[in-house]
Amino acid sequence: MIGTARYWREIPQRYRYEAARCTACAHVAFPPRTLCAKCRGRAFEPCTLAGEGVVETFTVIRVAPAGYADEAPYAVGLIRLTDGVRLMAQVVDCDLARLAIGDRVRVEFRRIRQDGESGILCYGYKFVPAT
Amino acid sequence: MREVAVIGVGMNRWGELWEKSHRAIWTEAALEAVEDAGVDRVDAVYVGCMSGGLFVGQEHLGAMLAGELAMGPIPGVRVESACASGGLAFRQAYIAVASGAHDVVLASGVEKMTDVDGAAATYALSTAADQEYEGYHGVTFPGLYAMMARVHMHRYGTTRRQLADVAVKNHAHGTMNPLAQYRDPVTPEQVMESVLVADPLRVLDCSPITDGAAAVVLAPVELARRLARAPVVRVAASAHATDTIALADREDLAWLGSTARAAEQAYAQAGVGPSQLSFAEVHDCFTIAEVMVVEALGLADRGKGGEAASSGYTRLGGRVPVNASGGLKSKGHPVGATGVAQVREAVVQLRGQAGERQVRGARWGLTQNMGGTGASSVVHIFQGEGRR
Repeated sequence: MIGTARYWREIPQRYRYEAARCTACAHVAFPPRTLCAKCRGRAFEPCTLAGEGVVETFTVIRVAPAGYADEAPYAVGLIRLTDGVRLMAQVVDCDLARLAIGDRVRVEFRRIRQDGESGILCYGYKFVPAT
Repeated sequence: MREVAVIGVGMNRWGELWEKSHRAIWTEAALEAVEDAGVDRVDAVYVGCMSGGLFVGQEHLGAMLAGELAMGPIPGVRVESACASGGLAFRQAYIAVASGAHDVVLASGVEKMTDVDGAAATYALSTAADQEYEGYHGVTFPGLYAMMARVHMHRYGTTRRQLADVAVKNHAHGTMNPLAQYRDPVTPEQVMESVLVADPLRVLDCSPITDGAAAVVLAPVELARRLARAPVVRVAASAHATDTIALADREDLAWLGSTARAAEQAYAQAGVGPSQLSFAEVHDCFTIAEVMVVEALGLADRGKGGEAASSGYTRLGGRVPVNASGGLKSKGHPVGATGVAQVREAVVQLRGQAGERQVRGARWGLTQNMGGTGASSVVHIFQGEGRR
């Protein structure tokens, strides 16, 4: 499962929402990569992702994997942020029956899960309806 | 490159095989393929297996399974590409024979999935997705395909009933396959009223958890013609392409780019197009997957994959039967074995040995095996040469 070092490595992305902008072509990589997926450039500058976006697609997980069963049913979607980046995250504090493609959402910092074996409380970004 | 043929096939009855071990399941299928080929040795063994480690706590499968054959210190290679492990193992075996590195090679696949409980199996399968940026957020494989399905339905008007029709068709085919895990027909109503797993996908939209193995023997076409134990089946094309592992990085969420790319290369190699295919065995891990694969293979226009199942176009007796074996949906989906079982079905069909589910006059068959949400796709085309 998620060990301490593995969890710690992803903290800039999960807690601070950090991405990397290619200095050659301005493409934003999230998570950051070694090579730019668009131009194969290797120089990046850190940037922060946009806090709002729209739901491009989603599902409601009814049969959850180990570690998430207590949360089910919950929605997971692909969110297109206003800066053009797309990412996967849970959509919470919403009416699951009324959630729809095109809904506007904004990011919040939330607890994701508790890791059973290592006891780590895992945090990260989730999205809530933007009203 | 030499021309290559498949000269032997083997597969056991798939299902929840509690009384049989991982290696016993594999050995049954492997021996059947070797005996069907009529050879007394193979030069190398390729094994497709997604996760011996998570399902049975066993790695180093190349050596372990080569040893089970008791043919001496022959090379054993384990190939992993998630649910495309079997198809890719077959492709590596094909390359070995085509290149002249080996003459007679066993390509096989195995997965023993029921030694762990459902939650552990769901977790093992989820490792085919991006662990840090998909799995971390609690998404499952049905969930990922459900997201693709929702885009397809929203954009093209694909209906819930059309998804159900894929399951109904493949279960109808599976009733005619004595080796299938689920040989029961299902109705559209049963599919659409089954338990929700990840909206809009329900349990009868999903392929099952299965124990099983499949194996085939490859050899140069010249040798196959000399042995002439069965009608010769030639490997006319072999192609493999990849795509981003994370769904978030795809340009189009309703298009399987890796399958389209591999298919394009395979059609060019074989010198045939989708309209000349007699049948196809494709990766219907979920009903929506078959809908999208049929489009990527050019068997239906973009957005029309659902209609292809509902209209009967892809049913046995239709223009291009898809998944006459029952597909992953009915036959079962022991992930590492699936791609090899597809090849086995293609060979059985092209030999004219498929019994009740025989595609009449089958000459060209295509197999498509896919890993993850389409991050890997392996496509092969086979030509039956008929009795000589």
